[in-house]
Amino acid sequence: MGPFRLDGLAGRLGTACLLALALALASPPAHALDRAAAAAMAGGSAGERIAAIQAAVAEPDATLAAFLQAMLEGRVRLLDGRAIVVEEDGSARDAVDGTPVDRVDQARSVVNNNRMRRELGNAIASLELFAPEDEVRLAAARRIADKPDAARLPLMERALAEERVAGIRALLAQARAAVLVTSPDRSLRLAAARDLGSSREPAVRALLEERLHGARPEEDEEVRKALASSLAAVSARVALGEYAATIFAGLSLGSILLLAALGLAITYGLMGVINLAHGELVMIGAYATWLTQQFFRANLPERFDAYLLAAIPVSFLVAAAVGAVLERLVIRHLYGRALETLLATWGISLILMQAVRSLFGAQNVAVENPSWLSGGLVILPNLVLPWNRIAIIVFALLVVATVALLLARTRLGLFVRAATQNRTMARCVGVPTARVDTLAFALGAGVAGLAGCALSQVGNVGPDLGQGYIVDSFMVVVLGGVGQIAGAVYAGLGLGVFNKLLEGMAGAVIAKILLLVLIIVFIQKRPQGIFALKGRSAEA
Amino acid sequence: MSSIATDGPITPRGAGLAPRREVGGLAAGLGLAIAAVLAIILANLWLPADHPLHLSDYAVSLLGKILCYAIVALAMDLVWGYAGILSLGHGLFFALGGYAMGMYLMRAIGRDGVYQSDLPDFMVFLDWKELPWHWTFSEHFLWALFLVLAVPGIVAFVFGYFAFRSRIKGVYFSIITQALTYAAMLLFFRNETGFGGNNGFTDFKRILGAPIATSETRAVLFALSAATLVGFYLASRWLVRSKFGRVLTAIRDAESRVMFCGYDPLWYKLAIWTLSAVMCGIAGALYVPQVGIINPSEMSPAQSIEIAIWTAVGGRGTLVGPILGAFLVNGAKSWFTVAFPEYWLYFLGLLFVLVTLFLPAGVMGLLRRRRVEAR
Repeated sequence: MGPFRLDGLAGRLGTACLLALALALASPPAHALDRAAAAAMAGGSAGERIAAIQAAVAEPDATLAAFLQAMLEGRVRLLDGRAIVVEEDGSARDAVDGTPVDRVDQARSVVNNNRMRRELGNAIASLELFAPEDEVRLAAARRIADKPDAARLPLMERALAEERVAGIRALLAQARAAVLVTSPDRSLRLAAARDLGSSREPAVRALLEERLHGARPEEDEEVRKALASSLAAVSARVALGEYAATIFAGLSLGSILLLAALGLAITYGLMGVINLAHGELVMIGAYATWLTQQFFRANLPERFDAYLLAAIPVSFLVAAAVGAVLERLVIRHLYGRALETLLATWGISLILMQAVRSLFGAQNVAVENPSWLSGGLVILPNLVLPWNRIAIIVFALLVVATVALLLARTRLGLFVRAATQNRTMARCVGVPTARVDTLAFALGAGVAGLAGCALSQVGNVGPDLGQGYIVDSFMVVVLGGVGQIAGAVYAGLGLGVFNKLLEGMAGAVIAKILLLVLIIVFIQKRPQGIFALKGRSAEA
Repeated sequence: MSSIATDGPITPRGAGLAPRREVGGLAAGLGLAIAAVLAIILANLWLPADHPLHLSDYAVSLLGKILCYAIVALAMDLVWGYAGILSLGHGLFFALGGYAMGMYLMRAIGRDGVYQSDLPDFMVFLDWKELPWHWTFSEHFLWALFLVLAVPGIVAFVFGYFAFRSRIKGVYFSIITQALTYAAMLLFFRNETGFGGNNGFTDFKRILGAPIATSETRAVLFALSAATLVGFYLASRWLVRSKFGRVLTAIRDAESRVMFCGYDPLWYKLAIWTLSAVMCGIAGALYVPQVGIINPSEMSPAQSIEIAIWTAVGGRGTLVGPILGAFLVNGAKSWFTVAFPEYWLYFLGLLFVLVTLFLPAGVMGLLRRRRVEAR
């Protein structure tokens, strides 16, 4: 599984920061930015300017952030030893009291080199610790906690003194402890080592390990003891988070497998047809989602976020239509010849793949998450559940429930079940098996299309998309038992979780191989899968 | 889903030819094959390069490659056409044989590699200091030959034993063989496995002391492949006509009935399955020195399914059919991928669909129908 996507969230926070700066700019200054300080920050050697900036940041006020931002954007000029800020419309005003300034053309530009830019960026980030919005402060505190820097210790102390929100306080305290744990003062180190024990951050675990077993380990016996007990506490908490993350990743993978395998379970169960083109139907669903997205982008940009909702029926219908055509043209003529169906559907999958390559190119196409699916739910520092994966799990369960209802409660479902159990007898009592076959195959294909729609939200969409899932989804069907929805659910989710657990222990490839071996061994015991249809046939 | 009766191929049921004429036909066919092989070698080695009938080295190695594929198709036919077991993992056995030979060829490079080390180049690249355990003895040609036979054989035996014992058959078996070769491919893609990762083995220099890229070596390998194919063909012919072969065909058509008659299908299936795998291994070992490379893509499920289509195009349940099919499909592939590379997959896909729909007995079935109609 790819890294969790947080850029959406970060982007929103960034916007919020700018907003905060604009607000700060509009409101009257709390206590004025010192004229001399402003000039010192804008003029002189890089070292002098940095010193001035750091001094100013230690005593922040509301105009400072706006001033630094303007400096970072290259809008600060020096005029007769005074710092002025040039607005976007070309007018200028004094950086301190905001009075309008003319003679802009005589002002000297302030040039920032890379070191200056970095320093300015850091300074602005630090100032966010004092922003009025909780989430801006939280993000700033998190950045500091991720990279604790001794130079910012006074800043952290100040922020800690003013901060009221518990979560942010904890982060700040942790960052401070992470700095202090290397301080020369033994009592400070000891207190810091104890403080760190309340953290749940993987970074803190690494830090503690570094202090205990790193290149320059802690020497004091008592501090070492505190470090060790903190490490144990943090490790336990971090491990819990990681364990939960693994289970979640497994469920997420499992629900994708389940969606991909559900359609197979329908077609294989009903018609005994192994459809090797099933993966390509998934791929078609994903491309249908992409096309819907492109349509919305071109025609309804203001409703762009709703494209995914529209893509669900579109991907279902497109894949179902392709499935119905396939059934009528090819598969119908091969009933009773299972092995040959295997080969024919493989041929279809080659054609479909190449057709998509010819139509849309061999490159992957970009399917974006709508904004309501980006970001994630933060449960623990090291356990973020991305919305798109949560949505897929929910979606998979909904689809399974719908299909189960459809099979159990509708007339079509009745016919499908009748044809599955005894095709000849069903035909004798008037079930139009030929039409039922087409409809059921279209249903299975449509569910594959839905799987493609879901997959497009978490993975790459390209002509080879289906190939990656075909072996796995067959394993789900083999394990679950033929034509069993319940079997597919248990086998899909079980395989997903098991796969991720094994991956954690043995690596992705070995996990996959182990899993295949386990399935083969399992089939020794239960050749018909977990849930077998009971019957007395010798051929079963 | 009673697919027993219709699922089997069309058997040459009592082909109705007098034994004497049949032996005559066989002898004529063999003579023709030997003449063709000699003609190809002569056209390559003795005719000057500008002669209109001259065959390039490329053509010879292409033909040699297809001969190896024909062996695989024949092996596939033994399990699919005669025992009703459709394997979608035969590429694995082919690749295993190829890798076993490749190990020897890598060692035979000696210090002539890029890094001039005793170790194969990819190991130097991975900063390995000594050969991993499974490369022991790999410098000996005889050991390589042993591995070529033993590794595919053992893998097939163990896998087949467990699969057939629990009576996995039909599409289930096919899917699991596909998973098997897929898993093996993933394994061989890893550098830690010690088989060169995704680059596999290449840059061979010599085989048994002879430089590998010369026309003469190619001709010898080509002749060897042809001889192997003919040998396997004769052996298969004998086998499917023996009592063993008859029982196999019976298992294909009605396994339960055979079981109720007192035969244990396990050992029959296992024997033909293992034999087929070993044949694939030998084909792989002949293939690698001619093509000059072996990598894990040979184990990809797509590669294995293609083997099935060679057999299906030619006509399963006949022994000449698969050989013919291998030549037809691979000939078409060589032509298409040069002339119309984008359309090859369309063609191959259509081939899969049309052959299964309209030519269930393949080209041989078509020919036989013609002959029956002509009579």
